[in-house]
Amino acid sequence: MNPEILYALLGVGLFTIGLYTLIIHAHILRKILALNIMGSGVFLVLVALAKRTAESPPDPVPHAMVITGIVVAVSATALALTLMLKLSSLTQQTEIPDDK
Amino acid sequence: MNILLWLFDSLLCLGLIWLAWNTLACPDLFKAIVLFIAFGLLMSLTWVRLEAPDIALAEVAIGAGLTGALLLAALARLRFMTKKSAPKQSEINEPVAKPSLYLQAIILTLTTAGLGLAILSLHPYAPGLSADVSAKLATSGVGNPVTAVLLNFRGYDTLLEMFVLLVALLGVWSLSSEPLQHEAASGPVLDNLSRLLTPVLILVSAYLLWVGANAPGGAFQAGSVLAAAGVLMLLTGWRLPARLLSLPLRLTLVAGPAAFVSIAMFTFLLEKNLLEYPPEYAGVIILFLETMATLSIGITLAALFLGGHPGDKKEPS
Repeated sequence: MNPEILYALLGVGLFTIGLYTLIIHAHILRKILALNIMGSGVFLVLVALAKRTAESPPDPVPHAMVITGIVVAVSATALALTLMLKLSSLTQQTEIPDDK
Repeated sequence: MNILLWLFDSLLCLGLIWLAWNTLACPDLFKAIVLFIAFGLLMSLTWVRLEAPDIALAEVAIGAGLTGALLLAALARLRFMTKKSAPKQSEINEPVAKPSLYLQAIILTLTTAGLGLAILSLHPYAPGLSADVSAKLATSGVGNPVTAVLLNFRGYDTLLEMFVLLVALLGVWSLSSEPLQHEAASGPVLDNLSRLLTPVLILVSAYLLWVGANAPGGAFQAGSVLAAAGVLMLLTGWRLPARLLSLPLRLTLVAGPAAFVSIAMFTFLLEKNLLEYPPEYAGVIILFLETMATLSIGITLAALFLGGHPGDKKEPS
């Protein structure tokens, strides 16, 4: 097994851990943390698979996509945090309730 | 494969999994965010291991640093907001009903197994587009292939990304005004570090912008270091003078997207193709775009950290 396949599987593992936490926990800030970890997992898969070029330098196109992805993720996180603060100030709740 | 390299890889992977699990399972949210910042630092090391130094620079500045700062600021505001109303609401909830939990675990295991099998079934050697990029790199205007892809071959994606940043800031501004600042007592660390680091960060940002043409670096890395300088100054209580708040601030914010759009229109009229630079001017065009983008990215990310439209103070509720 190449090291890049190991990192790609690690990326899948991070994605799953994040997805599990996103579903299970109700606190919005924790969900935002989980979304960020899921994003990191996806980026890890992209970059690990870009390294499958034997001895030559890795494929730069997924690298550019991941840099774009990191910037988009921070913008989305900032907007999500502002939405969470607005929701808390209006409803005094910090958790998304389950529908029973 | 080298046994030491395998040891390093396994330690790195174990560290990442352990940090990710503890970030998400830790009951105290402050500790969770600090662990998330550590996770970002370890991710940056992983990018270096995977021969992606540009991503490592961007991750440590934006992914670990700025996201961590945003999360900590939001947590502080959240706790301040909710401590007046509900007393000590628990920040971790009880798991949902038992059968539903097992069903979710089974579905997640199946998903992971499916994705893992998909990865394992891929061919171990896949050059992708690296051959095409290397062939055209000489006429792209820069020497760094990632910068060439970002600013030349896939310049359209970067144009859209500039607008994503701007739209996110507009969303944040339209939702809230700047929260009331609680002046903490200034300590020696913040005083000295802010005085020392701010000029250094501005210099480093300019260096990263310049060196990004032929070495790891570029507009996003430079912009995020500039944003770090902005965040450091905001933490000391400094705010933009009121006379700079309307037109100069807005001009700097739209400088990046506007530069991209104007170059796009220019090349469309000249070459009949969107964002196709004439090869003899490609380097100059890319440097111009990167400079405008750095300014915009830095100011936008610092404004996102502030969390509200500067200038109008919210009355204490």
